[in-house]
Amino acid sequence: MDINTIRQIERPRAAAEVTHWREGLAWLSGGTWLFSEPQPALDTLIDLRAFDWPDLTVGPDGLEIAATARIAALDALAPPPEWTAGPLLSLCSRALLMSFKIAHEASVGGNICMSLPAGAMISLTVALEGTYTLWPRDGAPRTVKAVDFVTGNHANILAPGELLRSIHLPAAALKKRFAFRRSSLYHLGRSAALLIGTSGPDGDLLLTITAATFRPVQLHFAASPSAEELRHAIAAAIPHEGYFDDVNGLPAYRRHLTFHFAEEIRAELAGPGAAA
Amino acid sequence: MNFSIDGHSFSAEPRPGQCLRTFLRERGDFGVKKGCDQGDCGACTVWVDGAPIHSCLMPAFRAADRKVTTIQGLANSDELHPVQQAFLDAQGFQCGYCSAGMIMTIAALDDAQRADLPRHLKGNLCRCTGYAAIHDAIDGVVNVSDDIAGNACGASLPNPFGPGIVTGHARYTMDVEVPGLAHLKVLRAPHAHARILSIDKAPALAVPGVLEVFTWEDVPRRLYSTATHEDHLVDPDDTYMLDDIVRFVGQRVAAVVAESEAAAEAGCRALKVEYDVLPAVFDPELAMAPQAPVLHHKGGEAHGNVFAEIRGEVGSIAEGFAEADAIHERTYTTSRVQHVHLETHGSIAWKSEDGRIHVRTSSQAPFIAHEKLCHLFGFIPADLHVFTERVGGGFGGKQEMLTEDLCVLALLKLGRPVKWEYTREEQFIGASTRHQMTTRVKLGAKADGTLTAIEIRVVSNTGAYGGHGSETLAASLSSPMSAYRCANKKGEGFVVYTNMVPGGGFRGYGASQTTFAIECAMDDLAKLLGIDPFALRRRNMVTADDWIEAIWSGVSDVEFGSYGLDQCMDLVENALATGERRPKPEGEHWAEGTGIALAMLESGPPTEHRSGAVMELLPDGRYHLAVGSTEMGNGSVTSHRQLAASVLATRADAIDIINADTDKAPFDTGTFASTGTVVAGQAVTLTATALRQNILSYVARITATKPGDWALEAGAVVNGNTRIALPELHATGTAAGHRFQAKRKAYLAPRTVAFNVQGIRLAVHRITGDIEILQSVHAADIGRLINPMQCRGQINGSILMGLGWALTEHMDYDESGHMKNAALRNYRIPSFADAPRTQILFADTYDTIGPLGAKAQGECAINPIAPAVSNALFDATGVRFASLPFTPDRIFDQLQPRP
Repeated sequence: MDINTIRQIERPRAAAEVTHWREGLAWLSGGTWLFSEPQPALDTLIDLRAFDWPDLTVGPDGLEIAATARIAALDALAPPPEWTAGPLLSLCSRALLMSFKIAHEASVGGNICMSLPAGAMISLTVALEGTYTLWPRDGAPRTVKAVDFVTGNHANILAPGELLRSIHLPAAALKKRFAFRRSSLYHLGRSAALLIGTSGPDGDLLLTITAATFRPVQLHFAASPSAEELRHAIAAAIPHEGYFDDVNGLPAYRRHLTFHFAEEIRAELAGPGAAA
Repeated sequence: MNFSIDGHSFSAEPRPGQCLRTFLRERGDFGVKKGCDQGDCGACTVWVDGAPIHSCLMPAFRAADRKVTTIQGLANSDELHPVQQAFLDAQGFQCGYCSAGMIMTIAALDDAQRADLPRHLKGNLCRCTGYAAIHDAIDGVVNVSDDIAGNACGASLPNPFGPGIVTGHARYTMDVEVPGLAHLKVLRAPHAHARILSIDKAPALAVPGVLEVFTWEDVPRRLYSTATHEDHLVDPDDTYMLDDIVRFVGQRVAAVVAESEAAAEAGCRALKVEYDVLPAVFDPELAMAPQAPVLHHKGGEAHGNVFAEIRGEVGSIAEGFAEADAIHERTYTTSRVQHVHLETHGSIAWKSEDGRIHVRTSSQAPFIAHEKLCHLFGFIPADLHVFTERVGGGFGGKQEMLTEDLCVLALLKLGRPVKWEYTREEQFIGASTRHQMTTRVKLGAKADGTLTAIEIRVVSNTGAYGGHGSETLAASLSSPMSAYRCANKKGEGFVVYTNMVPGGGFRGYGASQTTFAIECAMDDLAKLLGIDPFALRRRNMVTADDWIEAIWSGVSDVEFGSYGLDQCMDLVENALATGERRPKPEGEHWAEGTGIALAMLESGPPTEHRSGAVMELLPDGRYHLAVGSTEMGNGSVTSHRQLAASVLATRADAIDIINADTDKAPFDTGTFASTGTVVAGQAVTLTATALRQNILSYVARITATKPGDWALEAGAVVNGNTRIALPELHATGTAAGHRFQAKRKAYLAPRTVAFNVQGIRLAVHRITGDIEILQSVHAADIGRLINPMQCRGQINGSILMGLGWALTEHMDYDESGHMKNAALRNYRIPSFADAPRTQILFADTYDTIGPLGAKAQGECAINPIAPAVSNALFDATGVRFASLPFTPDRIFDQLQPRP
């Protein structure tokens, strides 16, 4: 829809030119959320696409994703064969309510910065042990772990004007085995729970719980846990009130799915193909 | 900035925050539709450099220096793209409002994407078709049949406006350029119940571009109802155009008119309103309690918050229950849902040079809107013209006057054309919904299943205003209580005001709610008695030999013009046993079950309903038909042409049609309550018959023969070897002063009944609560099929709307009455991915009351859907889910895995 309060689009050549942040400014990436609701508090959009950051860079140390990279581009990426967890790129790109048509414009960074529980780009980058490079308005760039970025429903650690520049997914994580589970109240709808497990050569289990909870919850087990150990760990990590409540899933249901999917993931990764 | 749109290059400067959708429409590219303006429905899909995108989400400046293609530029002007042709061949649309976006999406799919339609079409919502005809279009199925003179009735003829629909040129309500147009927006109430102490207009009037602000002090202090019925007395006059008391979150508080929508919105934000917040009540049972805050003191209420009470008893239920070997009693509840017609409410009002006022609107009842506007503003009827062009869906939601009044008010003050178009959010918080009803059912039966007593108590939450409240309640106590033969029946119902968004007309209209309760209860009774659900129903269902009686012993005008319920039951039972089905999904936790439900619906409302038509023979030998009824995807313009063509022994294509226009067509109460065929269609049939008589009598007179010697054929009158072409006859007659014209009216009485039976086979996952429909079978007794393709379309659409009610749709509110999910991304109507294919079967009946053997068919198919789902879940799990909807999170904890 028209954002009728917008008076100006700024297209600086570099983010460093944006020095004076104030209320009313917003970074514009794909715009697929900004333009989906009235934004009465905003008057100026700053076009990130003007920076022309390269979308996706595959290297020996992993995958570098520009915040402005389209989700469709990530979906279309053919990962190197040694990236056992490469299919997660596509699985998560398609684990969104949005149409593939919106994924042509919506960006990976936009999905992360929206910081909704069902943000599958958050699920992906947390599960693959990603790090985010953030560009504050004043000061040097900083790097944070993906798992520490989202702090609640529609809330994150970004300071006013701070920019998510890129996401790095390390090759070591991309080479792990994985298991993926997701559920929605409707076919191909918004996730009520999205859980990803990965397991490295040492037979560990890294379990990432998203969508069911306000923010990502990650549990690491040095060795594959028993079903009971897993249940205890989840119960200890997430109190009953830690499950998200909205029309896309009642909290008790999200909790139920979390335990169910976690156990399926545990069993799958502990099964045939597990590290000897 | 340089743009290239559909091959036209030009320079323009879009507004900074403007999206591509409005940029295109402001240029006149009206093929680009607004369904939600939020990226959820896909109606605005265009291509940018060949890739399909939702133009409502793309900043307009980003389309600069790229190639934009809309539906209007998809093919060369005199050709059709293969997908457009496929949509015509399959008639992959009903109202057609979603078609532009649907076609632009499908035309962009490669073979791999076509292999996964659920994923690639989930971003294109259609509320009419159930996606079946769209799937047909994709598969290259040709559903239309040839238009042959004399065979129009019973043929699957296409919508005459189809070519405009698939090319984006069909004009819906907002698809016009009006010079000097002013834009209206309203401020809506943030409180569920409050008295407005003051409204400071000054800050709004100071906003550049704001022309005028209207508050409750600026409107005629005249009570009315927004609901539209022939008999204005059936709805309470409990509404002011603008009021100093708000009774639900979302009620209009003030209207701001400005040079642009942006300025009108800014004006609304700038208004300073002081409220005295009052206690609110949302639950109808609590609202009936003595201490509840009372919403209205207008004299129309029964008592307190109870707007209406309806009671009736035939026989004696006390005796009936005393005779029973088994008694089943349970409460069933249905949910509030929204129509989600893809075209939102909206209208445009202007004044012509002769001083007349014209209102172009998206309405199911333009003639009643005309009367209501005359009532509100004191107009002489001849000074006002209300009409529709293409209407993008209705489903009962547009049996309501929600926008016309304020546009006219502003027009009168400003003298300028005024437009008001609802946002999608306003559809949820400021329009109408299906009435939420809670129904207690008590059934008594002998051990062999014979019913001895039926008792129901219905509590209907009508929300803050009572339009349709008493009528839906009466409907809830009527057809569903007539469907079973029982000597002892009793019903009581209450329509209760609460501080919720108002209820309104909605496909199925009260009967849906009680059908859900009774059909679930019949299954519960079958289980209690250990009798097969088919057998229990067959033992008790009404037959052609029975007196049709609900809970009142007075004589009614409902009769069996035909009867095919028995056939429907057999068809569904057989198809469930033998028809195609998907296999149960792999995995140990899936439980499978089947369920059935039947529904009976009177063809038309018990209140007054009229229609009229005018026909004439044109100089070129074609015919012109003017009929008052509305086309909103229900197919009446097609079926009315077929009825007329059938009578006149010509091709449907020889009939020009105009409808829903108070200047150009005779009065019609409105297209709702399944009246498009049985009332308006009757008017068309009577008129065509009169015109035939006119023509044959004239030719007989000038040839000194008898009218009975002559017959009409396509383009001519024929008597043996003598043939006179109609243009020649017209010329001769007109020169002699004869007029080849006819006008007739139709009135609804008696009313026949239609039946629908639904069978569902589903699998439910005992852990996740996921439900997969494995088989869907529907049998309809709707008399002769005037247009079989359209009948299937209406039924497919009804079934998916019913599945949405059962499985996906849920209006969610917080404790202060604010809707939490007033957007299509969170209020999920079924998408292509949710739509099963249904095997649709028809009883072989020919109605003696309806026109040319037809019965009503637009809404009755929705009624058995939700109970069939509940019954299938019951069969699969042994658990009765008695409250809609059955989303996985609401049912999972009762689905214990089998030990």
